[in-house]
Amino acid sequence: MNLDQALPVFIEESRTLLQEMEEGLLRLEQAPDDPDVLNAIFRAAHTIKGSAGLFGLDAIVSFTHVVENVLDRMRAGEIPPTPELTNLLLQSSDEMSALVDAAAAGIEADMAPTAIRAQLLAQLSSYLEPAGDRDDAKHLPAETQAPVEVCGEGAETGDCWRISVDFGENILRNGFDPASFLRYLGNLGDIVHLTTKTERLPSADHMDPESCYLGFEIDFKSAANKKAIESVFEFVRDDCHIRITPPSAFAAVAIERIEALQADADKVGEILVKADAATPREIDEALALQSKIETQSNRHPPVGEILVQEGVLQQPVVNAALEKQKKIRDAKAGESRFIRVDSGKLDQLINQVGELVIAGATASLLAQKTNDGALQESLATILRLVEEVRGGALQLRMVQIGETFNRFNRVVRDVSKELGKDIELQISGAETELDKTVVEKIGDPLTHLVRNAIDHGIEPTDRRIAAGKPAKGTVRLNAYHESGSVVIEVSDDGGGLNRNKILNRAIERGLVNANQNLSEQEIYKLIFEPGLSTVDKVSNLSGRGVGMDVVRRNIEALRGSVEIASREGEGSTIRIRLPLTLAIIDGFLVNVGGNSYVIPLDMVSECVEMDDQERLQQHGGYINLRGEVLPILNLREHFRVCGQGARRQNIVVTHFGGQKAGLLVDELMGEFQTVIKPLGKLFGKARGVSGFTILGSGEVALILDVPTLIQRAASVEAQKVA
Amino acid sequence: MGLTFTEKNGALYLSGELTIYHAAEVKPSLVAMLRTKNELEIDLSGVSEIDTAGLQLLMLAKKETDRSGKKLRLISHSPSVLELMDLYNLAGFFGDPLVITATQS
Repeated sequence: MNLDQALPVFIEESRTLLQEMEEGLLRLEQAPDDPDVLNAIFRAAHTIKGSAGLFGLDAIVSFTHVVENVLDRMRAGEIPPTPELTNLLLQSSDEMSALVDAAAAGIEADMAPTAIRAQLLAQLSSYLEPAGDRDDAKHLPAETQAPVEVCGEGAETGDCWRISVDFGENILRNGFDPASFLRYLGNLGDIVHLTTKTERLPSADHMDPESCYLGFEIDFKSAANKKAIESVFEFVRDDCHIRITPPSAFAAVAIERIEALQADADKVGEILVKADAATPREIDEALALQSKIETQSNRHPPVGEILVQEGVLQQPVVNAALEKQKKIRDAKAGESRFIRVDSGKLDQLINQVGELVIAGATASLLAQKTNDGALQESLATILRLVEEVRGGALQLRMVQIGETFNRFNRVVRDVSKELGKDIELQISGAETELDKTVVEKIGDPLTHLVRNAIDHGIEPTDRRIAAGKPAKGTVRLNAYHESGSVVIEVSDDGGGLNRNKILNRAIERGLVNANQNLSEQEIYKLIFEPGLSTVDKVSNLSGRGVGMDVVRRNIEALRGSVEIASREGEGSTIRIRLPLTLAIIDGFLVNVGGNSYVIPLDMVSECVEMDDQERLQQHGGYINLRGEVLPILNLREHFRVCGQGARRQNIVVTHFGGQKAGLLVDELMGEFQTVIKPLGKLFGKARGVSGFTILGSGEVALILDVPTLIQRAASVEAQKVA
Repeated sequence: MGLTFTEKNGALYLSGELTIYHAAEVKPSLVAMLRTKNELEIDLSGVSEIDTAGLQLLMLAKKETDRSGKKLRLISHSPSVLELMDLYNLAGFFGDPLVITATQS
């Protein structure tokens, strides 16, 4: 194995384990008595230590070793999980994290023991020493106790096979003599003891002299394996009942063989047969018996249980097989649950699927021209499949947001402790899925928002009590899907945003004019402007006015948007809206002056035809849509397309984030699977366009940036009104 | 070569092959004899060959007499009878004194 190649895997695995460890420690604070949690923490530390040793990362090994020892003591119930200890362990996991990061950067070897690490080690060791003395004293008597040895009958027959055979009645008539089988058996080994069973022999009146009523119990000493012994009775197998119990010494061998077995069989029977512990016939019989019991008594006894009952195997052998089965199944499940794939490969696949979608569109366009029904039909099937493949490929990139959310348990815990506030984090919608790239990039902005909520949102405890609120503040993280986008909410039940304060500060900084008429939403959004902080006191967490603008920039880079809802005294909610995926969308194709444009389908709510009468009624930039004011944006004007508008125009009603606007287009061309191609740098400043795509005909169509257009429609209208 | 029943010194003398081939004939006579006599001695010295079916008949006789409180004694076991009885470990079952020659053990 090339260790250099395996190192990234170790780093990634360790990070996951550290994450688990941290979550475990946080859970331990809530439930100090749960042994499962402690075990999970211990396992994480143990695995990290083990793997680090493999790579010769001594700093990690030596530090983790001490942590592991403390955890082990905790597991044994020798040290109670006090809050101080948990805190110490959390800090230790941070230190381990730092060491793993250093290893990732390749500077682990140079990393001198830091003051923090020394201090942590000293603190951890203080938990180990006094417990050590007690520990020895407690375990001393147990260790001197001698094991009980079994002797007598068991030991005597320990190395003998026990063969129990009941011959069928027809044996003699068929020309076989049990005696010959026994004599032949004598060739394989030594018949130590034999008992003839005569219980089946009936009274004289009922006895048929040509039937066989005998059975034998044989203690048989032999080096032959089970199969060989069984084969002695091969000719009469169907006619008699044979049970071959291996010697107890054999059980140990069988267990060893089962444990060493390299097979992917996940059935107890298969494992036993492969390890030579049972013969296929025995398993078949046990299975037959199992189904018989099942039909008779509706009970489903495990095969292992039957084998033990029938005396085919000893319980320890079956236990070993069951253990093995569990291991194999776990390994299988582990394999099938997750595959690590280079994300580059995934991107390539999605890219190719994208090309496939375009090629499919071309083919379908050509097929429509041919008038060939069969061709069109088969192509329709292909396109449907392509669509499914597309969905599947995109799904590959989807991950649940829960993992990202859970990370904030720690953030909330640490930050609230630092600020002396009592704050609880509530998480909902953790199962909401979104693109992996998006998840990765949303982490930092979310951290900012959560910290902000704790620092600025939630008031100090005394002020909360004075306001009649529960002393414990709540920060909520929520995620859900809404019309093709993912919404992530960060909300708090704090004081809410102070509208006037923000406005005054913004005017002070010259961000807005004092006489500007701003909507509430616009004022709130000012907090995302650089250099604006409403907190008078700067803490080391937030309040410097940097951060929120970065948050907005990050979110916008993901084609997302931010929205703020706030009520003074009740708290505020910051809503981030992100596109589900970054690669392919379902589009709605429209035509303006001979140019094609694509509107993301999930933002289209309806299409209405605009006749002359309505055009006459159109007052500036809005129409009356069933009694509702709908701002209209004429795409022809917006994109400065030359020529006269078509006689009959259509309005595509789009919606985004609770806002609606109509886009005036010439022609509706229907749905279209759109592969988003990013625009070059040259178009960086172009507003209202988010990308482009290639149509089946080879033409280029621009993808409309609906959120921007809706805003524009609203603002154009507002300007006109003003 | 068949199987013959004869009286010899007040015992039942079996001679010939006590095997599956004659089991069907032997059984009725044997059972009849068990019913008439309170004590039965069977001389096995003339049994040249015996198989499981034959031995099974002797076992039947032993079981029947035990059940009805009668007595069955097997005497003068021939080598082939001894061999099979030894294989089946039935000496204890019949409870008769056996003469084991040096060649057999």
